Amino acid sequence: MDPARKRTIRLVVALSVAVLLAVGLVYTSFSASTEAKEPSQLLSATPGTSYEMTGRVVRGSIRRDGDGIRFQVADRDGGGQRLPVTYTGTIPDPFRGGREIILTGTVESGTFVGEPDTLITKCPSKFTTENSGK
Amino acid sequence: MTASLGSAALALAFLAALCAVGMALVGARDERRWVDASRRAVYALCALLTVCVVLIEIAFLSDDFSLSVVQEHSSIETPTFYKLAAMWSSQEGSLLLWAWVLSIASSVALFATRDKLREIVPYATAVLAGVASFFTGLLLFGKGVDPFATLSPVPVDGIGLTPLLQHPSMMIHPPMLYTGYVAFTIPFAFAVGALAARRLDAAWIRATRRFALIAWAFLGFGLLLGARWSYTELGWGGYWAWDPVENAALMPWLTGTAFLHSIMVQEKRGMLKVWNASLIVATFSLALLGTFLVRSGVLQSIHAFGDSTVGPYILGLIAVVLIGSAALIVSRLDDLRSERRLDSLASREAVFLVNNLLLVALTATIFWGTFFPLISELFTGEKASLAAPWFDQYTTPLAVLLVLFAGIGPLLAWRRVSWASARRVFLVPAAVAAAVGVALLLFSDVADSPWALALFLFAAFALTGLTQEFWRGAAARRRLRGESMPVALGAIVSRNRRRYGGYIVHAGIVVLLVGVAASSSFQTKRDLELTPGESAVVEGRTITYERPTVSVDERALTFGAVLGVEQGGERYELRPNRRYFRPTGVQGGTISSFFSGEATSEVGLKAGAGSDLWTAVEPDLAAVKRRVRAADRGFKACIGGEPGTPPQCEAISRLMRAAAADPSLIPVASAQINQLQAITAERLARSYLADGAPATFRVIVDPLVTWIWIGALIALTGAVIAIWPARRSRRAPAADTELEALKEAKYREIRDAELDHAAGKLSDEDYALLDAELRREAVEILDREPV
Repeated sequence: MDPARKRTIRLVVALSVAVLLAVGLVYTSFSASTEAKEPSQLLSATPGTSYEMTGRVVRGSIRRDGDGIRFQVADRDGGGQRLPVTYTGTIPDPFRGGREIILTGTVESGTFVGEPDTLITKCPSKFTTENSGK
Repeated sequence: MTASLGSAALALAFLAALCAVGMALVGARDERRWVDASRRAVYALCALLTVCVVLIEIAFLSDDFSLSVVQEHSSIETPTFYKLAAMWSSQEGSLLLWAWVLSIASSVALFATRDKLREIVPYATAVLAGVASFFTGLLLFGKGVDPFATLSPVPVDGIGLTPLLQHPSMMIHPPMLYTGYVAFTIPFAFAVGALAARRLDAAWIRATRRFALIAWAFLGFGLLLGARWSYTELGWGGYWAWDPVENAALMPWLTGTAFLHSIMVQEKRGMLKVWNASLIVATFSLALLGTFLVRSGVLQSIHAFGDSTVGPYILGLIAVVLIGSAALIVSRLDDLRSERRLDSLASREAVFLVNNLLLVALTATIFWGTFFPLISELFTGEKASLAAPWFDQYTTPLAVLLVLFAGIGPLLAWRRVSWASARRVFLVPAAVAAAVGVALLLFSDVADSPWALALFLFAAFALTGLTQEFWRGAAARRRLRGESMPVALGAIVSRNRRRYGGYIVHAGIVVLLVGVAASSSFQTKRDLELTPGESAVVEGRTITYERPTVSVDERALTFGAVLGVEQGGERYELRPNRRYFRPTGVQGGTISSFFSGEATSEVGLKAGAGSDLWTAVEPDLAAVKRRVRAADRGFKACIGGEPGTPPQCEAISRLMRAAAADPSLIPVASAQINQLQAITAERLARSYLADGAPATFRVIVDPLVTWIWIGALIALTGAVIAIWPARRSRRAPAADTELEALKEAKYREIRDAELDHAAGKLSDEDYALLDAELRREAVEILDREPV
């Protein structure tokens, strides 16, 4: 086979693989992703659908509950209606009232039920100071 | 004083950077004087930024709370070690660190090339100084990022560094990552210089290869420290979470890895020029993107440190870099044509090409996943994000293939390999891999996880192949010189640092990935609730909660547990605990506040070659906190001097009444109350010991996880060997250094071929052909030598 043709074939093969990978990425990412919502948007969410909730833990609302915890979250800016949350699994060190969290789960009869071990608590602001206790 | 001095130094640094850009551009029209001047301006920039950094560090050490950066990130009680590290926990401090490290790296690079690359250096200087002027300008004119902003009146104490960041890693993890990010600026600047000057042979690569390798090593080490920090400190037992900021640091590392491989192809074969230029542009842009992501708050991340005002500017810089570089590359396409074609798919350069494509595919996947929330918002109007399983699904196969090619690459010679010699070098590694596969299938349950099995097989192949490389190289030398094996081994490594250093890096990364595969596929995770005296069995280990512990120091109350572990006749203790830090900078005024500060986990870890036993504890403080609330009520009553309170209260309530009348007594009174509360808090904390309350333990048995750290250290050692400069036997006259470098490179190629032949990678015929080719090329270079 002449070298020019060989090169064309190689190029075509490489490009096809790249296109396949790209299509795979696009397809799976749209189907595998979970929608991100804030607590106030979740009050009217479809039951059974998985969401990624980002919100702020209401101070003084954390209670132990059997194996897990229950608490309330508000929107990140602190406004909106509060959403009750139940969660079991690892609780990250920085988790406490007033912190921003990310939690994946579903809404069941007005309560957000977190999937075990999906709770992420944001590091208390490395670059801006949050005056805890005030 | 500090503030005005620092601001002045910063302003001068900005001017020095601008001058350097201007003088370098004038000098590009073959005006040596201006080029020399621009280099000196970069030295001056470095000196001025050093002054800024030293001033800030002194302010931290001397608790100079008139600077807002000190007040917000340090306090009197912050340990000295963390006062030093507090600078880069701030937005402005970390940007200053960026600029400072850049000025150091630029000075070193420009000093090293002061007599070389005459056409390229002026443009490279302009790029380096341009980036430096961007960052110093940002510090000077950006909103809220002035490192020398002052506070008036001067506060008595600072807020303090958050306890979560008070970990020895804080001292080195961020500076390592920054150095990694920043050092990629050097090869980028020289690439731009080469494109601008149309000097598109491998000269710029030879001059900056070492910087790329240093950047790669620092970035990798920074990532490793972050993973280790997360594993031992964050209380979740993982080392990688596909968090956007982690990804942001991983992406330039991956493209940097690809770059380090593909530049060898350009150096040796004059191919992949467009690819290399694009890779380094991508790497530098990704490094900037990493700097941007940490500061922007556009993506949800554990590292999202709040929104800030500098994000858009960095985004602007990235846009300028991308558009400018793309235009430059397109306009130089004619000069970027390959000098040769790929001889054969059975050659090292072909494998490098495959590995490059895999690494870029990996980067593209991670990029897509990381920015998916923005992409999805763009197309569907809804922010949606992708979790770890999505990333794993793509990165696992790509990583497995990478291990395979990391094993094949070193076994092949450059240019072409005949089928017969390939068979000779592949035989032993393939046989070992097959044997390992059979053993794993027979004696373990690895078959449950096909990807892990494939990775183990390829890893066995790669490690055997690498060992064979060392062995054959040393054996060949022994035959020639009659040295003993260890001496011969030492000699080949020290005489061929790039080659064997690279092999050691390969071995390290393969070992690391084996650790990742094993620990992610075969981990056992259990949450246990135990009361003191109770036991549970996890993976053949009997774990007994022997007793609770409490300790109190100036900064924190610590509740822990002593766990007795028995495993196959061996007994040991683990002591996981949880520290509740006292709030700093604010007076809580209640005993409860001693229990409501920041909490961090100290992990109880038994590391082993086979598996780690990882434990963390969540004490049940409900009873303690009930007593604390009661005590707070009592205390309030006591201060109020209410009837029925004990006689000691009399003194306190008198003091309070006196303070109400005479404000000068307030500090005395509050100090006394604070002290009393501290004593009470301590006593109540100790009451936890008698509670017999259950504690929740997270127990993880992680197979082979230790090999992640060992593998990384092996890789780092390899990188250091490859970076280490070769001893110069003679000093070439300055004007000829560039030609010298070209000659050196060709000689090294001839030596490499010799070594490959001696190690059996090249058959006699292949070697004869290749050697003749290389010698002809060497003669061509010698002909060019000025008389």
